[in-house]
Amino acid sequence: MTRPLLRTNGLCKSFGGIVATDHVELDILPGIIHAIIGPNGAGKTTLIAQISGALKPDAGQIEFNGHDITSLSSSRRAQLGLARSFQVTSVFMPMTVLENVMLAVQGADGHSYRFWRPVHKDSEMLEKSMGYLQQVGLADRARHLAAEISHGEQRQLEISMALAMKPRLLLLDEPMAGMGLEESSRMIRFLAKLREQTTILLIEHDMDAVFSLADTLSVLVHGSVIATGTVKNIRANPEVQRAYLGEEHA
Amino acid sequence: MTAWFPSSISGRCYCVLLVLLAVAPWIFQWTDQPFLLDLLSRGLILAIAATSLNLIMGYGGMVSLGHAAFIGIGAYCVGIPAYYDLYNGWFHLGLTIVVSAVFALLAGAVSLRTRGVYFIMITLAFSQMVYFAFVSLEEYGGDDGLVIYLRSEFPDFLTMQGPVALYYWIFATLLLTLFLVHRLVRARFGRVIAGAKHNEQRMQSLGFDTYRYRLTCYVISGVTCGLAGMLLGNFTGFISPEMMSWIRSGELIFMVVMGGSGFLFGPLVGTGAFVILEQYLPEFMKFLNPSWLEYWHLPFGLLLVLLVLFGKGGIHGMLSKLDSRTRQSDR
Repeated sequence: MTRPLLRTNGLCKSFGGIVATDHVELDILPGIIHAIIGPNGAGKTTLIAQISGALKPDAGQIEFNGHDITSLSSSRRAQLGLARSFQVTSVFMPMTVLENVMLAVQGADGHSYRFWRPVHKDSEMLEKSMGYLQQVGLADRARHLAAEISHGEQRQLEISMALAMKPRLLLLDEPMAGMGLEESSRMIRFLAKLREQTTILLIEHDMDAVFSLADTLSVLVHGSVIATGTVKNIRANPEVQRAYLGEEHA
Repeated sequence: MTAWFPSSISGRCYCVLLVLLAVAPWIFQWTDQPFLLDLLSRGLILAIAATSLNLIMGYGGMVSLGHAAFIGIGAYCVGIPAYYDLYNGWFHLGLTIVVSAVFALLAGAVSLRTRGVYFIMITLAFSQMVYFAFVSLEEYGGDDGLVIYLRSEFPDFLTMQGPVALYYWIFATLLLTLFLVHRLVRARFGRVIAGAKHNEQRMQSLGFDTYRYRLTCYVISGVTCGLAGMLLGNFTGFISPEMMSWIRSGELIFMVVMGGSGFLFGPLVGTGAFVILEQYLPEFMKFLNPSWLEYWHLPFGLLLVLLVLFGKGGIHGMLSKLDSRTRQSDR
């Protein structure tokens, strides 16, 4: 059996009296798209935040690539190859699309204690950045401000920034949120292709997207994982149907 | 149009301004106005300090209400050695750099853990600590300050003696500071600082330890401001804790905001406007009505409020508005 790329071990987090993460055990195998679904308020974003390092768990460990990363800062985790996109678009609005990606490329290059050479004359970095923009189809928007492009394009930018970090594991928090039908289906095709490049942990509300993309599914209800398996298994699982799918299809 | 000459109105203004500053001592000599050279020297020293503040405030989003502490530190790094008859300028310079850097590192390490109003308050607290530390140093004059009888000496290098020589020291330091900031904000380091200003969480998720980058930026800014203090100590020949009071720090913020926060030449023009107003507004008020003299702060404050309300981007912002207007009329 292959060793998991990411493993959470008895992960717990509560806010006041509300248990947002309840002894979560999760194994993410390399090279696949692993989706986490669950009703609103199930604690999906809280889980992602703990994995990326934005929140500290109350108990439990997170192992990444064989290392215990539980106590590492989010910037250290990013350096190790854990990239994330945010549920709420989080790009640098007053900068151009190109400048946004350049920052991500800088992040992947290691330290940025370089005080003298202007970045806009760094042709190697410009080329790299344009390459990532081309990959998501934003090359023609490179000189626009991030604030000027459409919401869907901002989501694409967000993903191209995550890719520019050359991640081993990509955490995508609702990449399709707020997208139109056409944009969504383009994004689905794009993510399907990404599978060859990197492992993806996907949180998504759009069930069509999840069912067509995910190799493995975990269902999160009230902070705990009630089932993990292939799409087929999960659909057939009576507990899942009762707890989650049942509610929606009723 | 040759490429070396800037095409924008604001760029041309700054070019002319720098040329004027370069020849100012001659102009004042011809017109026999040594007082104006004094005023200009003081203004340029403050401009160096304001430019250093702009680096953390304008480009990095770190509004410090304690930046004048570095002016005081630099000045005392000249004054205290001079008290012991140590006038070697290289020693003064080295001491200023080391002490400012250490203070920036300590104060920054604590205050950069906070944001916004808390950052303002902690930087204020640190500068007040330094202020009262020097007030309590009776040996070096305490509240009354310290007289520096001789300027820093740079044997076998350039002299600082005489107002014109000192002016060129100041002018050269200003040019260096502007060039440093210009390069810094365009380099990788500066892009990280800018990114952390807009969205720190995002920068961390891109793998940047933003705290360290900000701290480095704070130290660079503090040392630069310390150099302004070293020049100020030499210029006034008299130093006191008053130089680092929080009111001075507040004035530095005014200068940056008036000129245009986050723009290279903003602090320079802002300081110019500030110094000119401070000098001539009282006289203007006296001219209107002799009894109004002491109320010059009132129109001064009003001007500041108006500028902040309507002049987004300060004086630089207005100049660049002219740019976009002429560009539109070109079409």
